[in-house]
Amino acid sequence: MIAAFKEVPDSAKLELLLEYADALPELPERYSTQPELFERVEECQSPVFLFTEVSKEKVLVFLTAPVEAPTTRGFASILQVSLDGQSPERVLQFDDTFIENLGVTALVSPLRIRGMHGMLNRIKRQVREKVNAL
Amino acid sequence: MPYPKENNSDFQQYAHPEALVSTEWVDQNKGSAGLVIIECDEDILLYSTGHIPGAIKLDWHTELNDPVTRDYIQGQELATLLSSKGVSRDDTLVIYGDKSNWWATYAFWVLKLFGHEDIRIMDGGRAKWVAEGRELSKDVPNREATNYPVVIRDDSTLRAFKEDVFEHFGKPLIDVRSPQEYSGERTHMPDYPDEGALRGGHIPTAASVPWAKAVREDQTFKSLADLNQIYRVEAGIDEHSDVIAYCRIGERSSHTWFVLKYLLGIPRVRNYDGSWTEWGSAVRVPITKGSEPGSVPVGV
Repeated sequence: MIAAFKEVPDSAKLELLLEYADALPELPERYSTQPELFERVEECQSPVFLFTEVSKEKVLVFLTAPVEAPTTRGFASILQVSLDGQSPERVLQFDDTFIENLGVTALVSPLRIRGMHGMLNRIKRQVREKVNAL
Repeated sequence: MPYPKENNSDFQQYAHPEALVSTEWVDQNKGSAGLVIIECDEDILLYSTGHIPGAIKLDWHTELNDPVTRDYIQGQELATLLSSKGVSRDDTLVIYGDKSNWWATYAFWVLKLFGHEDIRIMDGGRAKWVAEGRELSKDVPNREATNYPVVIRDDSTLRAFKEDVFEHFGKPLIDVRSPQEYSGERTHMPDYPDEGALRGGHIPTAASVPWAKAVREDQTFKSLADLNQIYRVEAGIDEHSDVIAYCRIGERSSHTWFVLKYLLGIPRVRNYDGSWTEWGSAVRVPITKGSEPGSVPVGV
């Protein structure tokens, strides 16, 4: 994914981000009716909520972001695609510099980057807590 | 020749009704010569998801800011930017955007530093346009390049710097951030020191008037009577006031700047764009914590 972002010119980076935004999966029914399970990502100015389902084998990542905030949604989608289905160890070891490596920092507001770090940090924290509780 | 003004009785209550246009008016006038519609959003991808047909995009982050120094672009860069977008000096600009026109008013303010004469804000912004089911287009207009002149940016009347704030103590200061940012209880993110400020709180004596108080649920501006209550009665501002507004980086305070200057008609209002990210990280500047404004610092 990093290569896909790095190879294309800036304008295409934004298009790619928009494609990810469009591709963020809807919540499955078992979670769409349980907003109380979700944690708000305070670092994002838009209402972004996340929830992880953790077993010894894998982590499932659920994220919601409003369509009026496509950049945030695009970042949520990128993280969802990158982390969903991975083992807890791999999620916890996931490289934090991944976000900077996408090469979009200069194109989007620093607040967005901070929001994406917020999502990643909160996913990792949830996974760590839930692994310890297993 | 400036483009004809909208004759809208709803706007007549304001000091400068010519600084606003309605979504209805934009729908009827879009595509006309001499009128350029500009979308400026916080979320820079929104324009690509669909915009007012014929509208061009202005990116506050990558286009209006200097890429190296913390400052706005200079006259030469603005001339290049607006020429490439097909904007002429005598065009009427209508700016709209997301989040109650938060960024639209920011772009408005920056363009006013360069003295662009006729700029109007579309009341209610993008959200109102969308809510009314008006047409959205993904087509990016290809406007013929123009020759926008090089204009020297004038920072002396609409913009305040940190030094100006020191001179200003005793006169009205308005902090338009959230109450949590004002009191200093909101913690910054330790991993991202360049995003926040090193200290929390507000500039001593600043009144807390969160910017969004000026807008209604549908993101249009509140009535003059309501705005008078908020700014004149509660914040104590009048025609003779010399006001400085600030927020975190100067964007939310552009919104308040617009409200004070164009809707209430306060002649002397400046935006301190250095705002809390500068003040809250500067050495030896006075800070007040908590929900009270605090008093004029001694010895400054």
